[in-house]
Amino acid sequence: MLAIRDGFIGLVAAAGLGIFVAFQPSPTAAAEQVAARTADSAEISALKALFARPDSIPFPQDNPYSEAKARLGEMLFFDPRLSGSNLLSCGSCHNPSLGWEDGQPTATGQGMQVLARHTPTILNLAWGEVFFWDGRADSLEEQALGPIEAPGEMSQSLESLIPELEAIPGYRTAFERAFPGQGITNETIGAAIATYERTIVSNLTPFDRWVRGDETAISASAQNGFLLFNGKANCTACHSGWNMTDDSFHDIGLASEDPGREEVLGIAELRHAFKTPGLRNIAQRAPYMHDGSIASLREVIDHYADGFIERPTLSEDIKPFEVTDRERDDLVAFLLSLTSADDPVTLPILPN
Amino acid sequence: MKTLERSLFFAGWLFAATGAGLALASTAATVTQVDKAFTEKEISVGQGATVHFVNNDSVKHNILIKKLDFNSGLQGPGDSVAVTFDKPGKFKVRCGIHPKMKMKVVVN
Ligand code: HEC
Ligand code: HEC
Ligand SMILES: [Cu+2]
Repeated sequence: MLAIRDGFIGLVAAAGLGIFVAFQPSPTAAAEQVAARTADSAEISALKALFARPDSIPFPQDNPYSEAKARLGEMLFFDPRLSGSNLLSCGSCHNPSLGWEDGQPTATGQGMQVLARHTPTILNLAWGEVFFWDGRADSLEEQALGPIEAPGEMSQSLESLIPELEAIPGYRTAFERAFPGQGITNETIGAAIATYERTIVSNLTPFDRWVRGDETAISASAQNGFLLFNGKANCTACHSGWNMTDDSFHDIGLASEDPGREEVLGIAELRHAFKTPGLRNIAQRAPYMHDGSIASLREVIDHYADGFIERPTLSEDIKPFEVTDRERDDLVAFLLSLTSADDPVTLPILPN
Repeated sequence: MKTLERSLFFAGWLFAATGAGLALASTAATVTQVDKAFTEKEISVGQGATVHFVNNDSVKHNILIKKLDFNSGLQGPGDSVAVTFDKPGKFKVRCGIHPKMKMKVVVN
Protein backbone atom coordinates (compact mmCIF):
# COMPACT_ATOMS: atom_id res chain seq x y z
CA MET A 1 0.00 0.00 0.00
CA LEU A 2 1.21 3.46 -0.83
CA ALA A 3 -0.37 6.47 0.80
CA ILE A 4 -1.66 9.17 -1.51
CA ARG A 5 -0.18 12.59 -0.91
CA ASP A 6 -2.56 15.49 -0.52
CA GLY A 7 -0.03 18.09 -1.60
CA PHE A 8 -0.52 21.55 -3.04
CA ILE A 9 -3.81 22.28 -1.38
CA GLY A 10 -3.16 26.02 -1.34
CA LEU A 11 -2.37 25.98 -5.03
CA VAL A 12 -5.50 24.00 -5.82
CA ALA A 13 -7.62 26.61 -4.07
CA ALA A 14 -6.00 29.46 -5.98
CA ALA A 15 -6.33 27.74 -9.34
CA GLY A 16 -9.90 26.77 -8.52
CA LEU A 17 -10.93 30.34 -7.73
CA GLY A 18 -9.52 31.59 -10.99
CA ILE A 19 -11.51 29.06 -12.94
CA PHE A 20 -14.77 29.67 -11.12
CA VAL A 21 -14.67 33.40 -11.58
CA ALA A 22 -14.33 32.85 -15.30
CA PHE A 23 -17.14 30.31 -15.57
CA GLN A 24 -19.76 31.62 -13.23
CA PRO A 25 -22.06 33.94 -15.09
CA SER A 26 -24.57 34.65 -12.33
CA PRO A 27 -23.36 33.59 -8.92
CA THR A 28 -26.30 35.00 -6.97
CA ALA A 29 -28.90 33.14 -8.99
CA ALA A 30 -26.98 29.89 -8.60
CA ALA A 31 -26.63 30.52 -4.88
CA GLU A 32 -30.39 30.90 -4.53
CA GLN A 33 -30.89 27.61 -6.33
CA VAL A 34 -28.47 25.84 -4.06
CA ALA A 35 -30.14 27.42 -1.03
CA ALA A 36 -33.41 25.95 -2.22
CA ARG A 37 -31.88 22.53 -2.59
CA THR A 38 -29.75 22.58 0.59
CA ALA A 39 -32.99 22.21 2.51
CA ASP A 40 -32.13 18.54 2.53
CA SER A 41 -28.52 18.64 3.61
CA ALA A 42 -28.66 15.05 4.81
CA GLU A 43 -29.31 14.03 1.21
CA ILE A 44 -26.28 16.02 0.08
CA SER A 45 -24.04 14.49 2.76
CA ALA A 46 -25.14 11.04 1.63
CA LEU A 47 -24.28 11.93 -1.97
CA LYS A 48 -20.91 13.37 -0.96
CA ALA A 49 -20.03 10.15 0.84
CA LEU A 50 -20.29 8.28 -2.47
CA PHE A 51 -17.35 10.31 -3.79
CA ALA A 52 -14.93 10.06 -0.85
CA ARG A 53 -11.33 9.55 -1.98
CA PRO A 54 -9.55 6.31 -1.06
CA ASP A 55 -6.49 6.83 1.13
CA SER A 56 -4.19 4.25 -0.40
CA ILE A 57 -3.42 2.83 -3.82
CA PRO A 58 -4.35 -0.81 -4.43
CA PHE A 59 -1.59 -3.00 -5.90
CA PRO A 60 -2.28 -6.57 -7.04
CA GLN A 61 -0.96 -9.46 -4.96
CA ASP A 62 1.05 -10.82 -7.87
CA ASN A 63 2.76 -7.48 -8.53
CA PRO A 64 3.14 -5.65 -5.20
CA TYR A 65 4.60 -2.14 -5.00
CA SER A 66 8.30 -1.56 -4.63
CA GLU A 67 10.16 1.70 -5.06
CA ALA A 68 12.68 0.00 -7.37
CA LYS A 69 9.91 -1.26 -9.68
CA ALA A 70 8.17 2.12 -9.79
CA ARG A 71 11.41 3.97 -10.63
CA LEU A 72 12.27 1.45 -13.35
CA GLY A 73 8.73 1.69 -14.73
CA GLU A 74 9.03 5.46 -14.82
CA MET A 75 12.25 5.27 -16.86
CA LEU A 76 10.67 2.82 -19.30
CA PHE A 77 7.54 5.00 -19.59
CA PHE A 78 9.56 8.03 -20.64
CA ASP A 79 12.19 6.21 -22.73
CA PRO A 80 11.81 6.67 -26.51
CA ARG A 81 14.17 3.74 -27.05
CA LEU A 82 11.13 1.54 -26.39
CA SER A 83 9.89 2.46 -29.88
CA GLY A 84 11.17 1.16 -33.20
CA SER A 85 12.15 4.67 -34.30
CA ASN A 86 13.63 5.51 -30.87
CA LEU A 87 11.52 8.69 -31.07
CA LEU A 88 8.25 7.88 -29.30
CA SER A 89 7.86 7.07 -25.62
CA CYS A 90 4.67 6.24 -23.74
CA GLY A 91 4.93 9.78 -22.41
CA SER A 92 4.85 11.27 -25.94
CA CYS A 93 1.17 10.38 -26.15
CA HIS A 94 0.42 10.16 -22.41
CA ASN A 95 1.80 13.62 -21.61
CA PRO A 96 1.63 14.66 -17.92
CA SER A 97 1.08 18.29 -18.96
CA LEU A 98 -2.06 17.36 -20.87
CA GLY A 99 -3.78 15.25 -18.22
CA TRP A 100 -1.62 12.30 -19.35
CA GLU A 101 -3.20 12.55 -22.81
CA ASP A 102 -1.99 14.29 -25.98
CA GLY A 103 -4.55 17.00 -26.64
CA GLN A 104 -5.34 15.65 -30.10
CA PRO A 105 -8.65 14.21 -31.35
CA THR A 106 -6.94 10.87 -32.08
CA ALA A 107 -3.38 9.81 -31.39
CA THR A 108 -0.43 10.19 -33.75
CA GLY A 109 1.86 7.15 -33.83
CA GLN A 110 5.03 6.03 -35.56
CA GLY A 111 5.81 8.09 -38.68
CA MET A 112 3.05 10.65 -37.94
CA GLN A 113 0.43 7.98 -38.60
CA VAL A 114 -2.96 9.14 -37.30
CA LEU A 115 -4.56 6.41 -35.19
CA ALA A 116 -8.24 5.58 -34.89
CA ARG A 117 -8.79 6.42 -31.22
CA HIS A 118 -8.21 9.24 -28.76
CA THR A 119 -5.41 8.81 -26.22
CA PRO A 120 -6.98 8.13 -22.80
CA THR A 121 -5.47 9.32 -19.52
CA ILE A 122 -3.16 7.25 -17.29
CA LEU A 123 -4.54 8.91 -14.13
CA ASN A 124 -6.08 6.68 -11.46
CA LEU A 125 -5.80 3.44 -13.42
CA ALA A 126 -4.78 1.54 -10.27
CA TRP A 127 -8.53 1.31 -9.65
CA GLY A 128 -9.29 0.20 -13.23
CA GLU A 129 -10.68 -3.20 -14.17
CA VAL A 130 -10.00 -3.69 -17.88
CA PHE A 131 -8.05 -1.43 -20.21
CA PHE A 132 -8.28 0.30 -23.59
CA TRP A 133 -11.48 2.00 -24.77
CA ASP A 134 -12.86 -1.43 -25.67
CA GLY A 135 -11.51 -3.20 -22.57
CA ARG A 136 -9.45 -5.73 -24.50
CA ALA A 137 -6.61 -5.90 -21.90
CA ASP A 138 -7.27 -7.52 -18.53
CA SER A 139 -4.50 -5.83 -16.54
CA LEU A 140 -2.06 -2.95 -16.74
CA GLU A 141 0.74 -5.52 -16.90
CA GLU A 142 -0.77 -6.98 -20.07
CA GLN A 143 -1.74 -3.56 -21.46
CA ALA A 144 1.78 -2.10 -21.24
CA LEU A 145 3.21 -4.51 -23.80
CA GLY A 146 0.50 -3.70 -26.37
CA PRO A 147 1.59 -0.23 -27.55
CA ILE A 148 5.28 -1.21 -27.73
CA GLU A 149 4.56 -3.82 -30.38
CA ALA A 150 1.55 -2.17 -32.07
CA PRO A 151 2.63 -1.37 -35.63
CA GLY A 152 1.00 2.08 -35.68
CA GLU A 153 2.12 3.03 -32.19
CA MET A 154 5.70 2.26 -31.14
CA SER A 155 6.41 -0.49 -33.70
CA GLN A 156 9.09 -2.31 -31.72
CA SER A 157 8.95 -6.09 -31.32
CA LEU A 158 9.65 -7.21 -27.76
CA GLU A 159 12.08 -9.71 -29.27
CA SER A 160 14.25 -6.85 -30.49
CA LEU A 161 13.57 -4.58 -27.50
CA ILE A 162 14.90 -7.01 -24.90
CA PRO A 163 18.46 -7.25 -26.31
CA GLU A 164 18.40 -3.48 -26.82
CA LEU A 165 17.66 -2.97 -23.11
CA GLU A 166 20.11 -5.70 -22.07
CA ALA A 167 22.86 -3.79 -23.84
CA ILE A 168 22.32 -0.78 -21.54
CA PRO A 169 24.19 -1.42 -18.25
CA GLY A 170 21.99 1.06 -16.34
CA TYR A 171 18.90 -0.97 -17.24
CA ARG A 172 20.61 -4.26 -16.33
CA THR A 173 21.18 -2.97 -12.78
CA ALA A 174 17.74 -1.33 -12.52
CA PHE A 175 16.02 -4.59 -13.55
CA GLU A 176 18.23 -6.58 -11.16
CA ARG A 177 17.29 -4.25 -8.30
CA ALA A 178 13.56 -4.40 -9.11
CA PHE A 179 13.35 -8.09 -10.05
CA PRO A 180 16.33 -9.92 -8.53
CA GLY A 181 17.36 -12.88 -10.67
CA GLN A 182 14.49 -12.50 -13.14
CA GLY A 183 16.24 -10.57 -15.89
CA ILE A 184 14.71 -8.43 -18.62
CA THR A 185 11.61 -10.18 -19.93
CA ASN A 186 8.14 -9.30 -21.23
CA GLU A 187 6.83 -9.96 -17.73
CA THR A 188 9.30 -7.75 -15.88
CA ILE A 189 8.89 -4.90 -18.39
CA GLY A 190 5.09 -5.09 -18.02
CA ALA A 191 5.24 -5.36 -14.22
CA ALA A 192 7.55 -2.33 -13.88
CA ILE A 193 5.50 -0.08 -16.18
CA ALA A 194 2.24 -1.16 -14.48
CA THR A 195 3.68 -0.39 -11.03
CA TYR A 196 4.70 3.10 -12.13
CA GLU A 197 1.32 3.70 -13.74
CA ARG A 198 -0.49 2.78 -10.50
CA THR A 199 1.38 5.57 -8.71
CA ILE A 200 -0.08 8.16 -11.11
CA VAL A 201 -2.98 9.44 -9.02
CA SER A 202 -4.68 12.82 -9.23
CA ASN A 203 -4.30 14.95 -6.12
CA LEU A 204 -6.88 16.57 -3.89
CA THR A 205 -9.27 18.85 -5.81
CA PRO A 206 -11.54 21.71 -4.66
CA PHE A 207 -14.38 19.19 -5.01
CA ASP A 208 -12.65 16.79 -2.57
CA ARG A 209 -12.22 19.58 -0.03
CA TRP A 210 -15.93 20.36 -0.36
CA VAL A 211 -16.76 16.67 0.14
CA ARG A 212 -14.59 16.78 3.27
CA GLY A 213 -16.63 19.66 4.69
CA ASP A 214 -15.11 22.93 3.42
CA GLU A 215 -18.35 24.58 2.26
CA THR A 216 -16.55 27.34 0.38
CA ALA A 217 -14.13 25.10 -1.54
CA ILE A 218 -16.33 25.17 -4.65
CA SER A 219 -18.72 27.79 -5.98
CA ALA A 220 -22.47 27.70 -5.55
CA SER A 221 -22.71 27.04 -9.27
CA ALA A 222 -20.45 23.97 -9.00
CA GLN A 223 -22.46 22.74 -6.00
CA ASN A 224 -25.62 22.96 -8.03
CA GLY A 225 -23.81 21.20 -10.88
CA PHE A 226 -23.01 18.36 -8.47
CA LEU A 227 -26.70 17.99 -7.64
CA LEU A 228 -27.62 17.97 -11.34
CA PHE A 229 -24.85 15.43 -12.02
CA ASN A 230 -26.45 13.14 -9.43
CA GLY A 231 -29.99 14.19 -10.30
CA LYS A 232 -31.83 14.80 -13.54
CA ALA A 233 -28.70 14.75 -15.73
CA ASN A 234 -28.26 11.11 -14.57
CA CYS A 235 -24.48 11.20 -15.05
CA THR A 236 -23.88 8.97 -12.01
CA ALA A 237 -25.72 6.12 -13.71
CA CYS A 238 -22.25 5.56 -15.24
CA HIS A 239 -19.81 8.11 -13.76
CA SER A 240 -20.01 6.77 -10.19
CA GLY A 241 -17.57 6.54 -7.28
CA TRP A 242 -14.63 8.75 -6.35
CA ASN A 243 -13.05 8.46 -9.84
CA MET A 244 -16.45 8.83 -11.50
CA THR A 245 -16.51 5.66 -13.55
CA ASP A 246 -18.34 2.34 -13.36
CA ASP A 247 -15.64 0.77 -15.58
CA SER A 248 -18.45 -0.55 -17.74
CA PHE A 249 -19.30 -0.31 -21.43
CA HIS A 250 -22.03 1.88 -22.90
CA ASP A 251 -23.12 3.35 -26.21
CA ILE A 252 -23.70 7.04 -25.53
CA GLY A 253 -24.78 7.83 -29.11
CA LEU A 254 -21.66 9.28 -30.76
CA ALA A 255 -21.51 9.30 -34.55
CA SER A 256 -18.33 7.18 -34.92
CA GLU A 257 -18.38 3.87 -36.81
CA ASP A 258 -16.03 2.21 -34.33
CA PRO A 259 -17.55 -1.11 -33.15
CA GLY A 260 -15.99 -0.75 -29.68
CA ARG A 261 -16.71 -3.54 -27.19
CA GLU A 262 -18.70 -5.51 -29.82
CA GLU A 263 -15.48 -6.47 -31.53
CA VAL A 264 -13.95 -7.85 -28.32
CA LEU A 265 -16.96 -9.81 -27.05
CA GLY A 266 -18.72 -10.64 -30.31
CA ILE A 267 -22.01 -9.36 -28.87
CA ALA A 268 -23.91 -7.26 -31.41
CA GLU A 269 -25.78 -5.35 -28.68
CA LEU A 270 -22.42 -3.92 -27.55
CA ARG A 271 -21.80 -2.13 -30.83
CA HIS A 272 -20.53 1.42 -30.17
CA ALA A 273 -20.10 0.62 -26.46
CA PHE A 274 -16.93 2.04 -24.89
CA LYS A 275 -15.49 2.11 -21.41
CA THR A 276 -16.72 4.93 -19.18
CA PRO A 277 -13.69 7.19 -18.53
CA GLY A 278 -13.03 8.61 -15.07
CA LEU A 279 -13.66 12.35 -14.89
CA ARG A 280 -10.86 13.61 -12.66
CA ASN A 281 -8.78 16.42 -14.21
CA ILE A 282 -11.21 16.31 -17.13
CA ALA A 283 -10.68 20.02 -17.87
CA GLN A 284 -7.09 19.22 -18.91
CA ARG A 285 -8.09 16.32 -21.12
CA ALA A 286 -9.84 17.88 -24.15
CA PRO A 287 -10.87 16.91 -26.74
CA TYR A 288 -13.25 14.26 -25.45
CA MET A 289 -14.53 10.75 -26.23
CA HIS A 290 -12.90 7.71 -27.88
CA ASP A 291 -12.94 9.51 -31.21
CA GLY A 292 -12.03 12.95 -29.85
CA SER A 293 -15.18 14.28 -31.49
CA ILE A 294 -16.28 16.68 -28.73
CA ALA A 295 -14.10 19.76 -28.25
CA SER A 296 -15.30 21.24 -24.95
CA LEU A 297 -17.06 20.31 -21.72
CA ARG A 298 -19.96 22.59 -22.60
CA GLU A 299 -20.48 20.59 -25.79
CA VAL A 300 -20.28 17.35 -23.78
CA ILE A 301 -23.27 18.56 -21.73
CA ASP A 302 -25.12 19.53 -24.92
CA HIS A 303 -24.46 16.03 -26.27
CA TYR A 304 -26.02 14.32 -23.24
CA ALA A 305 -28.95 16.74 -23.00
CA ASP A 306 -30.20 16.17 -26.54
CA GLY A 307 -27.33 15.78 -29.00
CA PHE A 308 -26.94 11.98 -29.12
CA ILE A 309 -27.93 9.54 -31.85
CA GLU A 310 -30.89 7.30 -31.02
CA ARG A 311 -30.27 3.71 -32.11
CA PRO A 312 -31.04 0.24 -30.77
CA THR A 313 -27.68 -0.09 -28.99
CA LEU A 314 -28.00 3.27 -27.16
CA SER A 315 -27.74 2.83 -23.39
CA GLU A 316 -31.05 2.94 -21.52
CA ASP A 317 -29.45 5.47 -19.20
CA ILE A 318 -29.05 8.01 -22.01
CA LYS A 319 -32.29 9.98 -22.26
CA PRO A 320 -32.87 13.60 -23.22
CA PHE A 321 -33.28 15.95 -20.26
CA GLU A 322 -34.49 19.54 -19.93
CA VAL A 323 -31.63 21.75 -18.86
CA THR A 324 -31.39 25.54 -18.85
CA ASP A 325 -28.34 27.46 -20.01
CA ARG A 326 -27.48 28.25 -16.42
CA GLU A 327 -27.72 24.59 -15.44
CA ARG A 328 -25.38 23.70 -18.27
CA ASP A 329 -22.92 26.22 -16.84
CA ASP A 330 -23.40 24.67 -13.39
CA LEU A 331 -22.57 21.19 -14.70
CA VAL A 332 -19.44 22.56 -16.36
CA ALA A 333 -18.47 24.40 -13.15
CA PHE A 334 -18.78 21.10 -11.29
CA LEU A 335 -16.58 19.29 -13.85
CA LEU A 336 -13.97 22.07 -13.51
CA SER A 337 -13.90 21.56 -9.73
CA LEU A 338 -12.46 18.08 -10.39
CA THR A 339 -9.10 19.54 -11.43
CA SER A 340 -6.18 19.03 -9.06
CA ALA A 341 -2.83 20.77 -9.05
CA ASP A 342 -0.77 17.62 -9.30
CA ASP A 343 2.81 17.29 -8.17
CA PRO A 344 5.20 18.38 -10.93
CA VAL A 345 6.53 15.42 -12.91
CA THR A 346 10.28 15.47 -13.37
CA LEU A 347 11.49 13.41 -16.26
CA PRO A 348 13.87 10.67 -15.16
CA ILE A 349 17.47 10.69 -16.37
CA LEU A 350 17.52 7.62 -18.57
CA PRO A 351 20.20 4.97 -18.12
CA ASN A 352 23.02 4.52 -20.61
CA MET B 1 -34.66 -25.40 -8.24
CA LYS B 2 -32.12 -22.80 -7.27
CA THR B 3 -32.10 -23.79 -3.60
CA LEU B 4 -31.67 -27.42 -4.55
CA GLU B 5 -28.62 -26.59 -6.60
CA ARG B 6 -27.22 -24.60 -3.73
CA SER B 7 -27.61 -27.37 -1.15
CA LEU B 8 -26.01 -29.82 -3.54
CA PHE B 9 -23.13 -27.41 -3.85
CA PHE B 10 -22.64 -27.18 -0.11
CA ALA B 11 -22.73 -30.96 0.16
CA GLY B 12 -20.04 -31.19 -2.49
CA TRP B 13 -17.96 -28.58 -0.78
CA LEU B 14 -18.20 -30.40 2.55
CA PHE B 15 -16.97 -33.61 0.95
CA ALA B 16 -14.06 -31.84 -0.63
CA ALA B 17 -13.25 -29.94 2.53
CA THR B 18 -13.13 -33.04 4.66
CA GLY B 19 -11.13 -34.78 1.98
CA ALA B 20 -13.65 -37.60 2.25
CA GLY B 21 -14.93 -37.88 -1.24
CA LEU B 22 -12.77 -36.42 -3.96
CA ALA B 23 -14.59 -38.47 -6.56
CA LEU B 24 -17.93 -37.32 -5.19
CA ALA B 25 -16.91 -33.70 -5.08
CA SER B 26 -18.01 -32.97 -8.61
CA THR B 27 -21.46 -31.52 -8.06
CA ALA B 28 -23.22 -28.33 -8.95
CA ALA B 29 -23.13 -24.81 -7.59
CA THR B 30 -25.17 -21.71 -8.19
CA VAL B 31 -23.94 -18.14 -8.21
CA THR B 32 -26.47 -15.33 -8.55
CA GLN B 33 -26.04 -11.93 -10.17
CA VAL B 34 -27.88 -9.11 -8.35
CA ASP B 35 -27.33 -5.33 -8.33
CA LYS B 36 -24.42 -5.63 -10.76
CA ALA B 37 -22.53 -8.01 -8.45
CA PHE B 38 -22.02 -11.73 -8.01
CA THR B 39 -23.41 -13.03 -4.72
CA GLU B 40 -20.17 -14.93 -3.98
CA LYS B 41 -16.64 -13.58 -4.22
CA GLU B 42 -15.09 -17.02 -4.40
CA ILE B 43 -16.40 -20.58 -4.45
CA SER B 44 -14.66 -23.94 -4.38
CA VAL B 45 -16.00 -26.86 -6.35
CA GLY B 46 -14.80 -30.31 -7.26
CA GLN B 47 -13.34 -31.12 -10.64
CA GLY B 48 -16.11 -31.66 -13.18
CA ALA B 49 -18.62 -29.51 -11.28
CA THR B 50 -21.13 -27.43 -13.17
CA VAL B 51 -21.63 -23.90 -11.94
CA HIS B 52 -24.89 -22.14 -12.77
CA PHE B 53 -24.71 -18.37 -13.05
CA VAL B 54 -28.23 -16.98 -12.64
CA ASN B 55 -29.04 -13.41 -13.65
CA ASN B 56 -31.50 -12.19 -11.00
CA ASP B 57 -30.84 -8.59 -11.99
CA SER B 58 -32.82 -6.14 -14.06
CA VAL B 59 -29.97 -5.55 -16.52
CA LYS B 60 -28.19 -7.74 -19.07
CA HIS B 61 -24.93 -9.38 -18.07
CA ASN B 62 -22.33 -11.72 -19.52
CA ILE B 63 -20.06 -14.49 -18.24
CA LEU B 64 -16.47 -14.30 -19.41
CA ILE B 65 -13.83 -16.82 -18.30
CA LYS B 66 -10.68 -16.05 -20.28
CA LYS B 67 -8.75 -19.06 -19.01
CA LEU B 68 -11.42 -21.37 -20.43
CA ASP B 69 -11.98 -19.25 -23.52
CA PHE B 70 -15.59 -19.12 -22.36
CA ASN B 71 -17.92 -16.30 -23.35
CA SER B 72 -21.64 -16.69 -22.68
CA GLY B 73 -22.74 -13.95 -25.05
CA LEU B 74 -25.52 -11.72 -23.78
CA GLN B 75 -27.24 -12.99 -20.63
CA GLY B 76 -30.63 -11.36 -20.13
CA PRO B 77 -32.46 -11.00 -16.81
CA GLY B 78 -33.67 -14.45 -15.74
CA ASP B 79 -31.17 -16.32 -17.93
CA SER B 80 -28.97 -18.99 -16.39
CA VAL B 81 -25.55 -19.88 -17.81
CA ALA B 82 -24.04 -23.28 -16.98
CA VAL B 83 -20.27 -23.78 -17.04
CA THR B 84 -18.57 -27.10 -16.36
CA PHE B 85 -15.11 -26.93 -14.82
CA ASP B 86 -13.18 -29.98 -16.05
CA LYS B 87 -9.72 -28.92 -14.96
CA PRO B 88 -8.39 -28.04 -11.52
CA GLY B 89 -7.17 -24.49 -10.92
CA LYS B 90 -8.36 -20.97 -10.19
CA PHE B 91 -10.68 -19.35 -12.69
CA LYS B 92 -11.50 -15.65 -12.79
CA VAL B 93 -15.07 -15.01 -13.83
CA ARG B 94 -16.09 -11.56 -15.03
CA CYS B 95 -19.02 -9.85 -16.62
CA GLY B 96 -17.71 -8.53 -19.93
CA ILE B 97 -20.16 -5.62 -19.80
CA HIS B 98 -19.61 -4.61 -16.15
CA PRO B 99 -16.06 -5.83 -15.42
CA LYS B 100 -16.31 -4.75 -11.76
CA MET B 101 -18.54 -7.81 -11.42
CA LYS B 102 -15.98 -10.52 -10.83
CA MET B 103 -15.47 -13.63 -8.74
CA LYS B 104 -13.26 -16.67 -8.58
CA VAL B 105 -14.06 -20.36 -9.00
CA VAL B 106 -11.50 -22.62 -7.37
CA VAL B 107 -11.64 -26.12 -8.80
CA ASN B 108 -10.06 -28.78 -6.55
C1 HEC C 1 1.07 6.78 -30.35
C2 HEC C 1 0.50 7.22 -29.10
C3 HEC C 1 0.61 6.26 -27.93
C4 HEC C 1 1.76 5.72 -27.38
C5 HEC C 1 3.18 5.89 -27.85
C6 HEC C 1 1.31 4.96 -26.24
N1 HEC C 1 -0.03 5.04 -26.10
FE1 HEC C 1 -1.13 4.26 -24.60
N2 HEC C 1 -2.80 4.65 -25.63
C7 HEC C 1 -2.87 5.35 -26.81
C8 HEC C 1 -4.20 5.22 -27.38
C9 HEC C 1 -4.69 5.84 -28.69
C10 HEC C 1 -4.92 4.39 -26.51
C11 HEC C 1 -6.35 3.89 -26.70
C12 HEC C 1 -6.29 2.70 -27.66
C13 HEC C 1 -7.54 1.86 -27.66
O1 HEC C 1 -8.33 1.97 -26.74
O2 HEC C 1 -7.71 1.06 -28.59
C14 HEC C 1 -4.01 4.07 -25.40
C15 HEC C 1 -4.38 3.35 -24.28
C16 HEC C 1 -3.56 3.15 -23.18
C17 HEC C 1 -3.97 2.65 -21.89
C18 HEC C 1 -5.39 2.25 -21.49
C19 HEC C 1 -6.03 3.31 -20.64
C20 HEC C 1 -7.43 2.94 -20.23
O3 HEC C 1 -8.11 3.76 -19.59
O4 HEC C 1 -7.88 1.84 -20.53
C21 HEC C 1 -2.84 2.57 -21.10
C22 HEC C 1 -2.77 2.09 -19.68
C23 HEC C 1 -1.74 3.01 -21.93
N3 HEC C 1 -2.22 3.38 -23.16
C24 HEC C 1 -0.41 2.99 -21.53
C25 HEC C 1 0.63 3.15 -22.43
C26 HEC C 1 2.01 2.74 -22.17
C27 HEC C 1 2.50 2.08 -20.91
C28 HEC C 1 2.72 3.06 -23.28
C29 HEC C 1 4.19 2.80 -23.55
C30 HEC C 1 4.61 1.43 -23.47
C31 HEC C 1 1.79 3.70 -24.21
N4 HEC C 1 0.54 3.70 -23.67
C32 HEC C 1 2.17 4.24 -25.42
C33 HEC C 1 -1.83 6.08 -27.38
C34 HEC C 1 -0.51 5.80 -27.12
C1 HEC D 1 -24.83 5.48 -20.03
C2 HEC D 1 -23.61 5.81 -19.29
C3 HEC D 1 -23.21 7.26 -19.22
C4 HEC D 1 -23.93 8.34 -18.77
C5 HEC D 1 -25.36 8.36 -18.26
C6 HEC D 1 -23.05 9.48 -18.88
N1 HEC D 1 -21.84 9.10 -19.38
FE1 HEC D 1 -20.27 10.32 -19.76
N2 HEC D 1 -19.32 8.78 -20.70
C7 HEC D 1 -19.77 7.48 -20.77
C8 HEC D 1 -18.97 6.74 -21.72
C9 HEC D 1 -19.15 5.27 -22.08
C10 HEC D 1 -18.03 7.64 -22.24
C11 HEC D 1 -17.02 7.36 -23.35
C12 HEC D 1 -17.84 7.32 -24.63
C13 HEC D 1 -17.07 7.14 -25.90
O1 HEC D 1 -15.98 7.68 -26.05
O2 HEC D 1 -17.61 6.45 -26.79
C14 HEC D 1 -18.26 8.91 -21.55
C15 HEC D 1 -17.50 10.07 -21.74
C16 HEC D 1 -17.67 11.23 -21.01
C17 HEC D 1 -16.77 12.35 -21.04
C18 HEC D 1 -15.47 12.42 -21.83
C19 HEC D 1 -14.36 11.70 -21.11
C20 HEC D 1 -13.09 11.58 -21.90
O3 HEC D 1 -12.08 11.12 -21.32
O4 HEC D 1 -13.06 11.90 -23.08
C21 HEC D 1 -17.27 13.30 -20.19
C22 HEC D 1 -16.66 14.64 -19.87
C23 HEC D 1 -18.51 12.78 -19.66
N3 HEC D 1 -18.73 11.52 -20.19
C24 HEC D 1 -19.35 13.44 -18.80
C25 HEC D 1 -20.65 13.04 -18.51
C26 HEC D 1 -21.66 13.87 -17.92
C27 HEC D 1 -21.44 15.28 -17.45
C28 HEC D 1 -22.81 13.12 -17.87
C29 HEC D 1 -24.19 13.55 -17.41
C30 HEC D 1 -24.74 14.66 -18.16
C31 HEC D 1 -22.50 11.82 -18.43
N4 HEC D 1 -21.19 11.81 -18.82
C32 HEC D 1 -23.41 10.78 -18.53
C33 HEC D 1 -20.86 6.96 -20.10
C34 HEC D 1 -21.89 7.75 -19.59
CU1 LIG E 1 -22.86 -7.28 -15.99
